[in-house]
Parts: sequence; structure tokens; C-alpha cells
Amino acid sequence: MKSLFWQRIDLVVRSLTPFVLTLVLVVLGQVPLHIPGFAEVAPILPLMSVYFWAIYRPDLLPVTAVFAVGLIQDALSGMPFGVNAAVFVIVHMVVLSQQIFFQGKSFLIIWLGFSMVAAGAVSLIWLLNAMVFTSFASVEAAFFQYLVTVGIFPILALMLVRWQRTVLAQI
Amino acid sequence: MKNHKHKSIHGLPQPGSALGNRFAYITLLLSAFGLMLLGKADVGVMERARAHVTDGVAPILDFIARPVASFDRMVEEVISINKLLDENARLKIENQHLMQWQSAARKLSAENHQLKSLLNFAPGTEPGFVTGRVIADTGGAFVHSIVVNAGKREKVSKGQAVITNDGLVGRVHGVGSRSSRVLLITDLNSRIPVVIESTRTRAILAGDNTERPRLIHLPPGAAPNLGDRIVTSGHGGAFPPGIPIGIVTQLGDGSVPVKPYVHRDRLEYVRIVDYDLQGILDANLAAKGVGVFK
Repeated sequence: MKSLFWQRIDLVVRSLTPFVLTLVLVVLGQVPLHIPGFAEVAPILPLMSVYFWAIYRPDLLPVTAVFAVGLIQDALSGMPFGVNAAVFVIVHMVVLSQQIFFQGKSFLIIWLGFSMVAAGAVSLIWLLNAMVFTSFASVEAAFFQYLVTVGIFPILALMLVRWQRTVLAQI
Repeated sequence: MKNHKHKSIHGLPQPGSALGNRFAYITLLLSAFGLMLLGKADVGVMERARAHVTDGVAPILDFIARPVASFDRMVEEVISINKLLDENARLKIENQHLMQWQSAARKLSAENHQLKSLLNFAPGTEPGFVTGRVIADTGGAFVHSIVVNAGKREKVSKGQAVITNDGLVGRVHGVGSRSSRVLLITDLNSRIPVVIESTRTRAILAGDNTERPRLIHLPPGAAPNLGDRIVTSGHGGAFPPGIPIGIVTQLGDGSVPVKPYVHRDRLEYVRIVDYDLQGILDANLAAKGVGVFK
């Protein structure tokens, strides 16, 4: 009886990890690394997590959780409230609509898919910021941020794959 | 989360829930856009919410930022060992120059003191300051701001100048109880009244989310020279006059890029200075993105 109870707890905790990991990435993205020129092009870490879980375990990172992550990203990054929330929800929606396409595809295709989704996401963040601030941010910096984000994706994705195969294997 | 039992289809959209999903998406997207509009209409509420979230995360960020900073210092030290000889030679030359400046400064200071006593000059109040550690460097390409681990508890308030020994970093943009957000001079929404130190020509230093903010609204015919120092003018009452900002390194037509003295990547401790000035930078003006001139 008792072991069953602990099993349930264990299951719930494990199934919460995608959300918690995504929040951790939001916070990690804000840490000052003191690398010259890096802060301006720092990768959008939670975007990768939102994309990854939307492909592999959308049941563990539902759209409401994605929205919440976006709001916290907005609050911490200093962007207008709603920008990242809207972009993350749209990313989640787009990826889910292509779920059949993504099933069982090689890592290269997943990465390619991310490069396209991230392009759309960064453009949208740029556009929404321009609309709210009524002035235009540097396109160059946004482009480099996009490149860094796409470049870092494989490293993070491989870690998430391992997480999925170990911690979430039984869920 | 409940449908994880149907693992065989591995999270494929359930046909029955399609309508519910669509409703959820529409609701969430509308809320997001609603928040953006609300943020434009009433900045106060949003800034308070932001300050609360930042406050909540501040202890965690503080905890992570420390080892990262010490690791960076260690790497820097290892690198600098290789350059000790060159560095030593450079510093000796620099020291000679500085000694000359020091004697000049002493002479001027004594002279200044004498003249002030002759004029019966009433000195301004000495500013108080709070030193804070930079715990977050945020916003990527879109917002240039940092978070400092000092807030209302340390009597930080909105609009105060943030400086390092090198010069102006930015101004306090939002304050929580134990953290505050600083808008850097390079941010898109930063506008600072400045003067060119040698000619006293007034201008506005406008950030554009690049590393080089630009001088705008220069009077017609006023051409800055390469190497001109840019300092705050004190106009508008946001900052006291004379805080160094940067130098002109390039001359273009229309707007002139300025290289700031402060390097964003080296910010570790900053001073938040209370000059007791009534800032002009109220929230409504900032929200309208005042003076967007490119």
C-alpha cells in the first residue's frame, strides 16, 4: 500500500520535470556569464525546451504550462509582458500541428525543424517588441541571437533526450 | 497529463480534444496580446508584477551568479599570467602619465578650493550610494538591462543613476524589495541628455540595442571630433552633470556612435547613486518610447 503511494508520488514528480527543467532554463538564461559580446546574443534556452517537449511529450508540457513559462521569461528578460508568452504558445501550436511529420525523424531533421521554428519565433519576438516599443531593435543582433540559439540546440536537445530516456522512461 | 496512459500513440493529438485545444490556444493568445496592450496602457501594474517575479528569482540568481563570476575571474587570471611582462611595461608607461595627471589634478584641486572660498561657493550635497552585485544580464538582443541585488530595502528608487568607476551604466528602471532592474544606456528605450565635454555642445544619447549608442539632436553645424568625451549634461534633472559616458570613435552623417566606457560583460558590482534629483523620466513617457529618432 505504502509503496504504491510512493510510486504515485514518484510518477507525479517525474512528470513535472519537463516543466521544472524549462523554468530552470529560463533562470539560467539570465545568469551573467561575463563573456564579451555574449549577453546581446545569448540563446533563448526555454524556446528549445518548449520545442523539444512539444515534439516528444506534449502531455507533460501542456500549452498552459508553456504560457506560464513565457510570462516568467517576459518578466525576467525585461520584455513587454505577453511577448514570449505569445511566441511560445504559437511555437507549441505549430509543432503540435506537425507532430505526425516529426514522429520518428532523425535528429538532423529535428534540428532543421528547430532552425525554421526559431527563425519564425525570433522574427515574431522582434516584431512584437517593435510594435510595443514603437521603435525597431537592431536586426543584426537578433539574427546573431538566432544563430547562437540554433547552434546551442543540439547540446541541450541531447541532454533532454537522455532525460527523457532515463527519468521519463516509465511514464 | 492524465492521458499519459495512452502511451502507444505517444501524445498524438486526441481527436476528441481538438476543439478544446483550439479554445485553449485562442484564449492564451488573446491573453498574451491583452497583456501587451495592458502593458502599454498601465505600466505601473506590469512593472510591479515584474518586480515581484524578479524578487522571487533573485536569491537563486544571486546563488548561481557567484560561482560563475569567480570562475570567470579564475580564467582571466590564468590568461593574464601569460601577459605579465607586456602588462608590466604598459603599466609603467601608464603610471608615468598618471603621475603627471596627478600633479596637475592636485594643482587644480588646490586652485579650485581657493577660488571656491573666494566666491563663497555653496557645495552641493554629497550623494549617497548603494553597491549592488549584478545577478542577471537579461533580454538578449531585444532589451539591454541588468538586475542588481539591491532594492527598496536598500533605499533604491526608480530613476537613480547607476555607475561604476568607469562611468555611467544606466538608470534604475524598476525596483523590487530586494532587487532592481537597470536599463542600460545601450537599450532601445534609453535617452540621456549629454554634452560633448570639450565644446559643451548639448545632445541626446540614444540607445539602439547595439553596443554603440548614438548622439542625436546635435545642433546644426556642431560637429563632434574623434576622441571627444561624452558626459551627462544634467539637463532634465535625471542625472547630475559630468558623469563620464564614453568617447566618439567614429563619425557618420546624422548620428554619431559613442563607445561607452562601461563594458556590459565586465559588470560585476555597480553603484546605485542617490543624487536626490527629481527625475523627468516618469513611466508614461518611457512607455510611449519617447523621442524615437533614428
